[in-house]
This record gives sequence, C-alpha cells and structure tokens, in this order.
Amino acid sequence: MLPSELQPGQFQSYPPEGRKLAARNVALLQQLPPVFLPLLLKEIIVYDWRFPAEREELDRQLSYLDALPPGDRQRLLAGFAGLRISPELQSHDWVNQPARFEEDLAAYLWATHQIDAFRAASMEYLRKIDAARPREALAARRLGIVVVGQGVTETRYPLFRKMRKEGTYFTNVQRDQGVRSLLDVVAARARAHPISYAHWYIDGGAAETGGEGITAVSYGALAPVRAVLLDKMQRAIQSGIGGPEALRTMLAELRPEDLGMSGAPSNAVLNRFQISVLTEGSGTQIFSTTFVQWAAREAWRRAQPLTLLARYAPRQRQRPMNELIADHGDDRQLPDPEGSLVDADMGAYYTWLNQQRLPDAEQSSFLVWFEGHAEALAISPALPRGTESASVIDLKALLEQIA
Amino acid sequence: MRTITGAGAATALFGVAPLRALAAPRARKVLVVTFGGGARDEETFMPDGQENIPHLLTELIPRSTFFTQVSNHGILGHYVATASLATGVYETFNNFAAVPPDHPTVFEYFRRDLKRPATDTWVVAPSNGFNRIGESEQRSYGRGAGVVLPKRLLAAALSSGGAVEYQHLLRDNYETPLYAPEISGNGVELPQLADLLKLSVSDFTGHARNLASPDELSVYVAKELMRQLAPSLLWITLHDMDVAHAGCYSLYIDGIRRTDRLCAEIWKAVESNPEYAGKTTMFILPDFGRDSDLESGGNGFQHHRTGDALSRTTWMLVTGPSARENVVVDRPVQSLDLVPTLGSLLGFDARYAQGRPLAEVT
Repeated sequence: MLPSELQPGQFQSYPPEGRKLAARNVALLQQLPPVFLPLLLKEIIVYDWRFPAEREELDRQLSYLDALPPGDRQRLLAGFAGLRISPELQSHDWVNQPARFEEDLAAYLWATHQIDAFRAASMEYLRKIDAARPREALAARRLGIVVVGQGVTETRYPLFRKMRKEGTYFTNVQRDQGVRSLLDVVAARARAHPISYAHWYIDGGAAETGGEGITAVSYGALAPVRAVLLDKMQRAIQSGIGGPEALRTMLAELRPEDLGMSGAPSNAVLNRFQISVLTEGSGTQIFSTTFVQWAAREAWRRAQPLTLLARYAPRQRQRPMNELIADHGDDRQLPDPEGSLVDADMGAYYTWLNQQRLPDAEQSSFLVWFEGHAEALAISPALPRGTESASVIDLKALLEQIA
Repeated sequence: MRTITGAGAATALFGVAPLRALAAPRARKVLVVTFGGGARDEETFMPDGQENIPHLLTELIPRSTFFTQVSNHGILGHYVATASLATGVYETFNNFAAVPPDHPTVFEYFRRDLKRPATDTWVVAPSNGFNRIGESEQRSYGRGAGVVLPKRLLAAALSSGGAVEYQHLLRDNYETPLYAPEISGNGVELPQLADLLKLSVSDFTGHARNLASPDELSVYVAKELMRQLAPSLLWITLHDMDVAHAGCYSLYIDGIRRTDRLCAEIWKAVESNPEYAGKTTMFILPDFGRDSDLESGGNGFQHHRTGDALSRTTWMLVTGPSARENVVVDRPVQSLDLVPTLGSLLGFDARYAQGRPLAEVT
C-alpha cells in the first residue's frame, strides 16, 4: 500500500489517543515518503503509553511537518524519499505493524548498502526538527546524579577519567547521610516543581524510599517481572520461535499483564517503560549495571526529566567457562563489586552524555559520587572545568553549589 | 598432508609472477586471526585504551606492518562480516541464518587453485553461527575449509557427564544473548576431530576444564591443529569481547585484554613450531569496530548498529616474512583487500573478490 492510499478508518487497532492523532493528521501522513511514514506511525501507535515530553515532541513534529509548504517538506524528507525499498516492504502491513516494518527495513537497508544514506537522512531530519523547536525555559536547571561503587572498599581504577576534563574532581567529599541526602535533594526538587515524570530515581538494587513526586524504578523491585520474562524467552526459544527477529517481535508485543504487572491505565505509562527497558535493552534482564545505565538513558531520552538520580549496585558475576563446566551451582549469583564499579563508571559517563543531548544542556549540572568514599566529580556552569579540589565539602553542599 | 616444500630457488632467480605463483606459495603459511567481535580504537589504540593491548603494542606491532585505516562498508553483523572478510565481497545474507556465503571463500580459492587437500586449511570459530563459513555454494568451487566449533565440541563431549549448563555454554551469539541457533551444515564433529588431532575426548575436556573462556578453547584447538596437521591456511575467529552486547564495560575490557594475550600466544606458537617458524605470515584484524559514544542512535561500546565511522574503521597488523617490520601504513584500505592479498601471497586467484592486493605485503 502507498501512503497516499491511507484512510482514517485504518487505525482501528490503535489505542484511543493514538488513533485520534493518526486520524487527525491523515492528510499529512498521506504525503510522507513510504520509508518515513511507518517510522512515524511506530511512534503514533504507542502514543497512549508515552510520557508527556514524548507526546509534546510528537505533536510538535506533526505540526511542524504540516505547516511546511509542500516544497519545503519534500526537501526536508528527500533523503528518505530517495531510498529504494523492496516490493515485500511495500506490501507490508506497516499501518498495523510498523515495528515489524522497521525491523525488516533495517535489514533491507543494510543488505542494499543504503544504511549510510538512511542514517544521513535521519540525522539531517533531526537536526532541522531540533532547530525548529521553540526555546522555552525549563522549570529548573536539569540535574543528573549518579552513584557508583556500592560494596567496593578500595580500588585502583582511575574513576571518572572520561569526564574529568569537563568538571571539577573533588577528593575530600564528606559522606554525611550518603544516598539519603541525595534523595532528599531529589525530593525537594520534586516538591518545588511538581511535574509528572520530571524527577526520577533508578536503583540497581532495592530502592530506598524516594518520596512523593519521584518516579522510582529498581532492578530489585522488578525481580518477579524479570523471572517471568526470562522464562518466556527461554520457552519461546525452545519452541523454535524462528530466530532472533521473531524473538524481538514477541518481546515487543508483551503487555504489562503478560509479565504479572498491573494493566491498569494509571500505571500503564511507567509499566510500559519498565517493560521496554527489559525487552529492548540488551543485558538489562541479567545484569543490574546494564539495567541502570539503559534505564537512565531511556528516562533522559524519553521523559526528559528535570532530575535523575541513578544508583548502581553490584551485578552478578559472569562465571568463566571452567566454572560453568564444573557447575558447582552454588555461586552463580555472587556479586562482582569491582567489575560493577568499572561498568558504573562508564555508565555514569553515558548518563552525562545523554543528559547533554537534551535542550538547555549547557545550563545543566551533573554529579557522580563514589558511594561511601571521598571522591566525586561535578560538572556545572558554576564550576571550573578540568580542575581538582581537595577542599572539604559535604554532598549536600556540593549539590547546592551546582544545582 | 603437511606442507613440506621449501622455497624454490627459481623464486630468487626468476622472481616474476608466473613462477612465484607456482613455486613460492607451497612453503608459505598464513594465519588470519580476527580480533573479534568488534573493538573500538578507544579501548585499544587510543591513549586510554593502550593499557588493554600490551602484547600487541610491545611484542607484535614493532615486528609488523600496521595498517591504521581499514574500513568495512558492509553489514556489521559478526557472521556476515567475517564471511565478507573470507570472500572479499560484502556478503548480504541474514547474519543470524546458518547459510553459506554467496561467493567463493579464500579457502576454496586456496584449495582449488593450489590443489590442496582438505586438511591444509581450517577455520576455528567460537559460534554455532559460523559453521557454514568454510565454503560457499558456488558450483565451480564448494570445497573449502573444515570448520571447528570448539564450544560445540565441548558440549558434545560433556553431554554424557551431564554436568554443564548447556544454555550458557552455547550462548555464543552475544548479539542475541538468549538465542542459540540450531546447528546445520558441515562442522567437524568431535570423534572426527579427536581422530585428526590424536586427542582423546577426555584430554580435550580435561584441557577445557582449565580454560576461562571460549576463545581460550579456540586457541587451544588451533594450536593442536598446527601441531598435528600444520595447515597452510588457518583462520581463527576470536569472539570473547562481543560480550559487550550485555552492556558490562568491564567484561568487554576483559575480553579485549584476553584477546590481546591470545594473539601473542598464537604468534609464540608459530615461532616455536618448526612447521611454521620463519615462513608464516599472520594477519590480525577486527571484523569491525563498535559504535561511538557520541552517536546518539547507539549506546556506545555496547553495540555496532549505527554504521558510524568508528564502527566501520579498524586496523590490521601483518607480521612475518611477507611484511616489513615496524612500518605504519596510514593510507585507507578496505577489509575486502584481505583475500586478494592472501591470493597474491599464496598464489591463487581470488577472481570474484572485490578488493585489491596490498602492495605492502608481498
């Protein structure tokens, strides 16, 4: 089917808000290139379960495209329009299954050496969409906090190496109440700026009590969900599901209630987010450090919060081959604090990078702290870059200085 | 079975192409080691990464011709990319399917043009998904290398004992960590290999019990092949570092350090084996890199999905009598140049390969 043949009645399988959005914009959708349209529909079909920031983003994108004169829109999307697609892709049910279309499209683009052209078209499109974004002041400057190294008493690993040139490295931080004092800062910001999904706390173990207005996600709390998910994956593989693509499609179609979570509409957005972290993130089901890094990335990217606190916990140890063969079976869940510290150090860098991709990044602040120790690194417009400070300072005062 | 022909005097006397193609190759041996599955410059040759590759930096590179810009414009999936390295053509099949390459492999060119027996070329690979890499379905070719999948052999060896977590052991495709493809094709089975290597199943499992990773097992098998069969063309695909797909940076770094150590071990095995010493050229190259930290569509080291420059640009090290020592080549070359270079070195015509022989390796 061609985009020009699209009709409002074809969105019946979409959830209510997504259906309305698609029907309202059908005249625009009919004019979009066949490669681009299914990718946009992939966002629209899950509109009901998106965070407010994502909805605004999509609304704004559709309005922008609709307002462009036809010639300008054609020029904007020329990179996509110039891509060849196969007859199989053209006859795909991309209206109802845009995610499957995207998967098949990706394989086709790689196989036909068009992936670089697609990437260039995507980057150009995003650059122009971003340039057209209205510059609105945030309710508060964004603050990212990452806590690494739980369970490590001593390390020779050179922490924060990738970020030191960006901020100030503190070597004499007083721990006072540790993570509790960080959570208090998050809670105070949540009280001062009570906006849905604007303040996050992600924990790689069991979460501490957060507070009202804080969106809390933890690896520990999701243990039953992870167990059901891993069981479903193993069963699907054993039943000969037909390959990794089929497995991914099966995972993408899971609903909260399929994994023992509440299917109630009030929980839908967050539960769907948590499922996506576990099903779209590679390794998030198995390693808590990967879970925290990917959840923080996705929270920044999708919810665009004002505050994000991500705390790493020791992940399970990866057993070497000789141990697997010996199969003592009694130590597979042993933690690996030192390896987790290395994972978390890189994860903190990625969390900062992802924070930098958001609007007003130049005004935002970031703190990473080696839990239980005197080392921290802070990046903020209020602090010099590439410097070291041995001044005695407590965590709360440090946060007050940068946030 | 073994290649025992010495370098012909005619080569020195009439050092021209026709005679080189006939005489010189029979003495030469080649090892190709893929530094896989996928490492970035950040964790290897950039200043912060150099601590992870001490063996490459201090033992191998000073004795090598080192190509600093090797690009891969094909599909960045490990099986299809490694198959492309082996055919000299960007293959386009499904990375996760157990299918042979569409174009003749280096092993087929080698065997057909040089009339070599099956025992003279082998592939050692970590993953079930690589079991069809030894030969294509091209009608005029099709007789290539035996493929040894050590982990599969180990699983077979241990099945009677029942003391192994098979799913973990066979979890060999890190890109889809919970998916192990069904085996099919012409991989070498355990009794056959035990017979060829004069190695009992209990010896094999006994060694495996002391090894920490699948790549260590691969190198052990490769060394046994060198000892018993001395193949002239041996291809070893290392893969431990692809554990990066699980998202744990420390495990990825451990994988790189292990691979660095194993590359030096392989070269030591070459130098200490009279069948190989002094006449073996070893090529080490990653199949491709991994995504840049700065590429918003990816997640840094974890994957190789964006097709950005960092994931497409790697390096190649060539050491041995066919390469000059301590030479750095900065001009851009392609990973497809490997097969034509091997052709020029060993004396076969890689007629369907799309790359060009590297003049620096002769």
